Amino acid sequence: MTILLLVVIGVPALGALALALAPRVGDQLAAEWGVLVSAGALAGTVVLALGFDRGDSGRMQFVTDVSWIAPINVRGHFGIDGISLPLLLLTALLSVLCFVSLLRNAPSCGGTRGLVVLLLLLETGVLGTFSALDLVLFFVFFETVLIPMWWVIADWGDPHDMPGNRRAATVFLLMTVTGSAVMLVGFLLVYAHTGTFDMVALAQRGGAGIPAVTQLVAALAIGLGLAVKTPMWPLHIWLPDAHAKAPTVGSVLLAGVLLKMGTYGFVRIWLPTVPDGVERLAPYLGAFGAIAVVYGALACLAQTDLKRLIAYSSVGHMGFVLLGISTLTTAGINGALFANVAHGLITGLLFFCVGGLKDRAGSSDFADLGRGLYERTPRLAGVVAFACVASLGLPGLAGFWGEMLSMLGAFDPGGALARGAFVTFMAVAGAGTILTAAYFLGLLRRLGQGLPSGPDLDDIRVDEVLTWSPLVALTVVFGLAPGLVLGLTNPAVQVLMGGGG
Amino acid sequence: MTELPVAGTLQSIDWAAISVPVTLAVGAVVVLLADAFLGPRRLAGTLTIVTAIVGAGFALGLANDLQGAGSESSRATFCVPAGLERLTSCSYAVDSATIAVWTVTLLGVLVVALLMLGRDDLTPPGEFHFLMLCSASGAATIAGARDLVTLVVALELVSLPAFAMVGLRRDNKPAAEAALKFFLISVVSTAVMLFGISLLYGITGSVYLDQIAVSLNESSVKAVVGVGVVLTLVGLGFKVAAVPFHVWVPDTYVGASVPVAAYLSVVSKAAGLVGLIQVLRYGLWPYADTWGPILAVVAALTMTVGNVAALRQRDPVRLLAWSSVAQAGYMLAPLAVLSGSSVLESRDAFVATLAYLLIYSIVNLSAFAVVSVVGGGRRDTLDSYAGLSRREPVAAAALAFALLCLAGLPPGVVGLFAKLVVFQAIVNSGTGWLALVMAANVAIGLAYYLRWLVMVFWPSADVEPTNLPNGAGVAITTTLTLAVVFSVWPAGILSILSA
Repeated sequence: MTILLLVVIGVPALGALALALAPRVGDQLAAEWGVLVSAGALAGTVVLALGFDRGDSGRMQFVTDVSWIAPINVRGHFGIDGISLPLLLLTALLSVLCFVSLLRNAPSCGGTRGLVVLLLLLETGVLGTFSALDLVLFFVFFETVLIPMWWVIADWGDPHDMPGNRRAATVFLLMTVTGSAVMLVGFLLVYAHTGTFDMVALAQRGGAGIPAVTQLVAALAIGLGLAVKTPMWPLHIWLPDAHAKAPTVGSVLLAGVLLKMGTYGFVRIWLPTVPDGVERLAPYLGAFGAIAVVYGALACLAQTDLKRLIAYSSVGHMGFVLLGISTLTTAGINGALFANVAHGLITGLLFFCVGGLKDRAGSSDFADLGRGLYERTPRLAGVVAFACVASLGLPGLAGFWGEMLSMLGAFDPGGALARGAFVTFMAVAGAGTILTAAYFLGLLRRLGQGLPSGPDLDDIRVDEVLTWSPLVALTVVFGLAPGLVLGLTNPAVQVLMGGGG
Repeated sequence: MTELPVAGTLQSIDWAAISVPVTLAVGAVVVLLADAFLGPRRLAGTLTIVTAIVGAGFALGLANDLQGAGSESSRATFCVPAGLERLTSCSYAVDSATIAVWTVTLLGVLVVALLMLGRDDLTPPGEFHFLMLCSASGAATIAGARDLVTLVVALELVSLPAFAMVGLRRDNKPAAEAALKFFLISVVSTAVMLFGISLLYGITGSVYLDQIAVSLNESSVKAVVGVGVVLTLVGLGFKVAAVPFHVWVPDTYVGASVPVAAYLSVVSKAAGLVGLIQVLRYGLWPYADTWGPILAVVAALTMTVGNVAALRQRDPVRLLAWSSVAQAGYMLAPLAVLSGSSVLESRDAFVATLAYLLIYSIVNLSAFAVVSVVGGGRRDTLDSYAGLSRREPVAAAALAFALLCLAGLPPGVVGLFAKLVVFQAIVNSGTGWLALVMAANVAIGLAYYLRWLVMVFWPSADVEPTNLPNGAGVAITTTLTLAVVFSVWPAGILSILSA
């Protein structure tokens, strides 16, 4: 069973390699191969989930721990617990859906084969990041996704603006790489004082042996790298362009899983490894998170492009996640992890919908899409409306719980954090939720209502129903039964926080 | 296991310790004679390859010996017994750094010889291979030099044939100009270095590095010593192509044929770097507080200037030239953060530099090998790499992997590993600003490596297969294989250095 985790991580990469080496593969066959390989990975992940001991989700399971670079103590250490498992499932699911959507509507520029190769590599990178338990190994996987994602945006992006694609992709890449290089320095700083890269061992030490100043510097360096990835306001500036230019599948994976690597790193590495430094930086993280919620919402109100709007909404949602993490409470962190998964599902769905609209109308600008979508394409508009209200946090759908728990955590922050500050953040974030509702409802009014105008659009297609329905279903399921995720994450969070917050 | 000869008038020579430089020198003579008297034009190249392989065999044997003797052991020879000098000092010693630079040198010779196979029309093969083996023999010697005279002689032995190699090109006028520029700058740097060495000798009364260290500890004329130290390092800085002594690099690389540029960027740089390591580690360590900060600034400047200049290049050789300047900055960084009396114990810093050198050499040779095939001697730009993945998949894979390794991004794990050990050395020393400069540089470097990488996979109407000569094919496959193997097993690089 243990080997299965490695197989799941390796299968997409091997599939990519096979596809890259195979002579003369047509576009359709390449997409089918992608579906097959990623479905294999999903099946493996589901088997992992079934074999996972849910009663003991705070413990690392399916652990592999072998020596890799012995002279500097780097190990090939993999394993999953209740924090990783939902993200692993989310990644595998979204990947399959992306490949299914490629079957019918591949981006017009570039060959599908190259795109499938890159997306499969990306999947391996993300799965590896969520199961690596060694800092260097984590870093390797963290960086593995960059080149494929850069390529996907640069070559398969908006067919009307190739130089713009390249620029957006390069800004994304350079910002992330700078951040992660700084993060690596932080890792080495930790290593210099502890002599180990092992995340589990470091979490157990809880920062013992690292002087307070070093902890602060290391927490700053690691946090900076993760904050660029998440992205945290004001380091989010790469995000809107990258999303606006990326092809639909690129946007879905970028928002759905790549951003989660940042927030996952915050929970898995940042919090337990350098707790003293974290405690000093947490209020700033919370403040940036609260600002991000409001900033994201205000930026959304000003957008005229649907894809950019969804991108900015991600900044806001990630603000909630960061706020939850910064409270250093189990409630807040559980909320952050839940919001992670919910955001992956809902924003993935939104980007699928918007991508579908963009493919039909040739643009994602409100002016080009026209009005009265409820009447022109009632089913498609229905899904958009569903995704929007889920995203604005309607109780009963998945978007609600994460934000609620984050704010709950902020109401009574852990450790020696200043309560007044966090209550303020909570109030600011609360105001942000109202603005969030405002722009999503505004979006629906501008797009859905009014006299029908604009280009002729087809209604939802069968393949779209297939791709989108799992996301819709899971959004409802997690909305009604949040315990499915929280039951997994909570014991693991308790372990990370040293038995309670 | 340091074998000291008995005191007497005759020195006993440990032939095993000097086997690699001697092999290369003997090979050079054999190549020259064979080319003059035996005939077939391919013979010179073949003999050079055989020489490199024989040398590798000797190096391997010696490495095994050292490994058996423990991690900090060395084999010394040409020693002067304590009766004549204050200490028993040796001119020549083989340690793990020596083995590493031998590896780089032999690999460089092998790859360049393979690339030159079948290019006899451009350069007279006998002369070229003779010069290259002479120069390589110098590089192998400097790797073990423990006195300043041996060091300077070996360094000149590296450089003098290299001038001729740059100029020895029938198809191209700028080559002569490049050779002249290279020659003038190099001669000036040697002169500066000799001046520095004369100051050090004047103050310490010895040319042996270990005795210089002892005398420097006692010396009272700090200012003069400081000048001597800095001037000595300037000379080595030219060879490493550290900023501000890098101006010869782009023009010389572009003027020379591509294999020669590969040779300069790897073997010549390795020679300068190992010379620097020997001088700092065994001779000038008492003055680490003087040269440390200077070297740190030089390292930071070298990586930044190299990377920023490379951003604007469209000519692949020129781009690789600037990139090699930048990479030298990363190699200098661990040396720069050494301080005070801890130098002798700071094995990790030297290991980081040498590990980086080994990895850089493999992937840089790989990139140059592909350029020598695709560029084919004519002026080309990055655009001529469009569609390479279809025309020549193996070369494309090798170039792509080499660029990723140079950039330090997965899947080029070995490149990432190289950056990791360097970062580690810097972080351990607590020089935060240098770590941040390097972090920024890693991002800048990425920008231009990726621009090239994209061209390799760019769709192109031109699907005419490039003619991949056998020699170049072997060179490309070998370096690619090494890079991939060490990406999976990065510890292998360190096992070379633990000899």
